[in-house]
Amino acid sequence: MIDLFLEPLAYEFFRHSLLASLMVGALCGLIGVYIVLRGMSYIGHGLSHAAFGGAVVGFTLNLNFYVGAGAMGLLAALLINQITKDGKIKSDAAIGIVTTAFFALGVAIISRVRSYTQSFEAALFGNILGVTGEDLTVIALVTIFTMTTIFFMYKPLLFSTFDNEAARVFGIKTGLVQLIFSFILTLAIIASMNVVGVTMIAAALVIPASTARMLTDSFSRMLIYSTLIGAVMGVVGMYLSYTFNAASGATIVLFGALLFCLALLIKFLREKFMLHSHVHSHGALTHSHPHGPRHGKEDHIHEKGGAETSGQK
Amino acid sequence: MYPAVSLSDVTVGYERKTVFTNLSLEIPVGLFAGIVGPTGSGKTTLLKTILGTQSVFSGEVRLMGHPIDRLPPGSIGYVPQLESVDWSFPVTVEQVILMGLYTNKGIWPWPTRQERDKVHDLADRLGIHDCLHHHIVSISGGQRQRAFLARALVNSPKLLVLDEPTAGVDIKTQHDVLHLLGELNSEGITILITTHDLNAVAAHLPWVICFNQGLVAQGKPREIFTSDILTQTYGGEIVIIEYQGHFLVANKMQLHLEEHTGHSA
Repeated sequence: MIDLFLEPLAYEFFRHSLLASLMVGALCGLIGVYIVLRGMSYIGHGLSHAAFGGAVVGFTLNLNFYVGAGAMGLLAALLINQITKDGKIKSDAAIGIVTTAFFALGVAIISRVRSYTQSFEAALFGNILGVTGEDLTVIALVTIFTMTTIFFMYKPLLFSTFDNEAARVFGIKTGLVQLIFSFILTLAIIASMNVVGVTMIAAALVIPASTARMLTDSFSRMLIYSTLIGAVMGVVGMYLSYTFNAASGATIVLFGALLFCLALLIKFLREKFMLHSHVHSHGALTHSHPHGPRHGKEDHIHEKGGAETSGQK
Repeated sequence: MYPAVSLSDVTVGYERKTVFTNLSLEIPVGLFAGIVGPTGSGKTTLLKTILGTQSVFSGEVRLMGHPIDRLPPGSIGYVPQLESVDWSFPVTVEQVILMGLYTNKGIWPWPTRQERDKVHDLADRLGIHDCLHHHIVSISGGQRQRAFLARALVNSPKLLVLDEPTAGVDIKTQHDVLHLLGELNSEGITILITTHDLNAVAAHLPWVICFNQGLVAQGKPREIFTSDILTQTYGGEIVIIEYQGHFLVANKMQLHLEEHTGHSA
């Protein structure tokens, strides 16, 4: 059994991939919390497609993969911010127009030059063999930068994610916060492309955070759980990719989906258990509370002498 | 002394449609005022203009003598409409209140001991200390209103603005909230609220601003709540009933309906 885990580690490409997927999983898990709570799932999907278009354009111009993908990804993020500024065009429409147009540009170039197809398969679906030393360096730098930024911007990010208008009134520079968040999101997506693949990034961002949300009602705990779930998803998904010889993006996302189903089951069982736990006795009085786990003290008031009242204060 | 709020010739709107034009309004320091008017009258737009979240076509808005963007952080406390809050968001009551201190200096994500003490003292005063560690969805309507009021108060603002603080809560909670606001006002905080509840304004607020796409009238409720002014503000015919020194505001159509059916509408 242990051999199953140790044997792939003998190969350098697997060690690279494993380290990369660990960092990418944690990175996507951390950023995913803000994506899910801001209702921005579509932007992760869109920006990865725009970055793919940029990577193809960069390849055509003999530029580095990250230069092309980064430039086009950031340009897309800025354009989306600009188009949606006056509120006339909603963000989902702007994301649909800008990022699909950039992706279409990449697809058009690939379809003209067939030899490109092989080169971009890793970027589309994730490839266990595709992680180079350069990829590892970029992923490590982006992970450190993103985690540091989120750590020091914890307060304005939390406030503007919860209530953007109130945050602005209280003096948070919400426009700047949004811009910085778009920037780190774009960096994270570009860094994740070769491991998870363009087509799977949205799921890698959303699954850990959604799973964590079902396990906790605390924001800080959700950040920690989501980062850990993302890291586990990356590592186990990469082992599965090696074992079943399948695209790494697909195995990472499939394992994440399994974790999500498990969290759903835990939530269901927890609610059922807590509901039953409220059928109990006080002296001669036996009663039940037909409510779930999220009830406050005011729902359940015990008075001296064993009498009890229920209901909202 | 500068007024708490000063609007000079302000014109505001969305795209090509103006909501109000050339509005000049001053709210002196220490006032507790309620903005009333029908739905779509521009009350919330006026509030957003004062808060600086609504861009103005022309004119100038100043708070405590400063343009809004030069106001020191934490000068304004704001309580949004509770309906606009995402109640499924994973935060506790304590975390919500702490947000009111997020513009203070300090780069670490966790609160200082002084900040935590401040939150606990305020929660104690507002009667929500027991639910500080509860998720926001699990507390009652009155406790929610108090939690957001605590967030607005925790940085000791000079101006407190509340959007519909009496909406969606029962009469007892309405009374408690307005009574609490009265207490805060007596400590020197200027308070501005929007509300649809004319009777609550008549009973609790010392100043009322009637607004319908512009200023209709402002003054003490006893002077302003006349049939003429309220009819002018709301469009429909409004009747004022005096009872034991208090007065009640009623819609004439509603009274007719009650006369004919013998039931409350």
